[in-house]
Amino acid sequence: MTAITVNAMPSITASETPRRIAKPTPRQIEIAAAPSSATEHAAAMRAFFAAVLPPILGLLLVIGLWHIATIKGGAIPSPTQTWEAAAKLFADPFYSNGPNDQGIGWNILSSLQRVGIGFGIAALVGIPAGFLLGRFSLLSSLVNPLISLLRPVSPLAWLPIGLLVFKRADPAATWTIFICSIWPMIMNTAQGVQRVPQDYLNVARVLNLSEWKIVTKILFPSVLPYMLTGIRLSIGTAWLVIVAAEMLTGGVGIGFWVWDEWNNLKVEHIIIAIFVIGIVGLILEQILLFLAKRLHTES
Amino acid sequence: MGKYVSIENAGMTFDSKKGKFVALRDINLAIRQGEFVSLIGHSGCGKSTLLNLIAGLTLPTAGALICAGREIPGPGPERAVVFQNHSLLPWLTCFDNVMLAVERVFGRNEGKTELKARTQNVLEMVGLAHAMHKYPGEVSGGMKQRVGIARALAMEPKVLLMDEPFGALDALTRARLQDELMAICAKTQATTVMVTHDVDEAVLLSDRIVMMTNGPAATIGDILTVDLPRPRDRLALAHDARYMDCRSKVIEFLYAKQQHPLAA
Repeated sequence: MTAITVNAMPSITASETPRRIAKPTPRQIEIAAAPSSATEHAAAMRAFFAAVLPPILGLLLVIGLWHIATIKGGAIPSPTQTWEAAAKLFADPFYSNGPNDQGIGWNILSSLQRVGIGFGIAALVGIPAGFLLGRFSLLSSLVNPLISLLRPVSPLAWLPIGLLVFKRADPAATWTIFICSIWPMIMNTAQGVQRVPQDYLNVARVLNLSEWKIVTKILFPSVLPYMLTGIRLSIGTAWLVIVAAEMLTGGVGIGFWVWDEWNNLKVEHIIIAIFVIGIVGLILEQILLFLAKRLHTES
Repeated sequence: MGKYVSIENAGMTFDSKKGKFVALRDINLAIRQGEFVSLIGHSGCGKSTLLNLIAGLTLPTAGALICAGREIPGPGPERAVVFQNHSLLPWLTCFDNVMLAVERVFGRNEGKTELKARTQNVLEMVGLAHAMHKYPGEVSGGMKQRVGIARALAMEPKVLLMDEPFGALDALTRARLQDELMAICAKTQATTVMVTHDVDEAVLLSDRIVMMTNGPAATIGDILTVDLPRPRDRLALAHDARYMDCRSKVIEFLYAKQQHPLAA
């Protein structure tokens, strides 16, 4: 009897247990997996907040201080007033009521266009010039003193020369951008060429590469990081200078717009312009940093 | 076979800030076709300078260097160099690094398919078929040096010049590459000059070991002929009396006759 019951019991439990075991297992896995994914998630969130929170806090702090400073009124508009003005301004950024009254979008675009043209020409001249200066020491000793003399000059000092030569305000502003963007590109490219590792040049000599192959396969790739640094510095300076240049030359552009709003005593617009100029500058810088990172090759 | 590379009374003096610096003087050496010659000596003895002279990367300030009956006018692909630190271009894949050399040497007479096949063959020869489309930054130091060797071999040079090719590698990788180099040299019959500071490497690989005196004004102190039959096997040679004899002769030269400048 006992033998039967003993035999019977397992048969019952055997038919029961698989179901009992089968059910909890997925749940157990879930429970086991949940904490690890939860901690991972929490860690990711913590990293995210650690990266994002402080900058936001800083910004809020400045706005808070700004709010307190303007709470009693005065010449400086409050954050709310500025925000409202900005909302109105960006509701229709691309209107055009003649050359002296255009939307902020047009103003930004015209400034960017001037920077683009001035910078573009500077790149076309400056980068090859930098290559030549880096490659031929005679040329560099000929030109370097001149560059050292001209580089510290404020680009705005060149504006009258531009006005004189081009007779119009617009190319004069572009000319100023050209002048201020060309130096970093020449200097950095030349430095990059001088710092091409001798090993690579020895490879070129042993392989007896043509000058074209030396430039495309060895010089250009190894100078590229230096060139990008030059370009980044140039764009930064160009964006700094365009505001000042446009204040002097007028026309359509963010610098002129700032001056115009000052004449209209719309101070909230000036504050908006400061933010806009900052944000555009930041975006330009980030694009170039991104490019530099993409083109970076591990040696 | 007669002398293929001939160095006659060569000397090298550099102009430094402190005045003239005599690196090498009175170098006389003749290398036969297909011969494997090692240059060994303490650091600063000018062995790399001598290699650069044969490569044509620098020109001697005295004497003459002759290769295949003509004075060496400058660097060229017929005297390929394996550089100490591999000197691969980091922005080209291993394949493209070798291809650059292949195109330069054979591009005039061969089509794209043939050039690619050459590149592939030589990379297979150094055992890199699996990694040839990676960038140098993605492969190990030993693999980089193999690419450097492949690049030099791909040019089918008359003379293969190697500047401490295995110096930066760990001992195991070095041993394997030495064995491969011996096999490749046996196959291609390349005339090879190698700079080394490793006594075992010199004895194992060389037909002759050129031992250099300490600088400044270094010159050839002694030349040892390694009369061991080929192919050589490092395991069998480890207890070979002739091997041990060569080894002790080189060591004696380096540590008894030419003490290290710092130790002296």
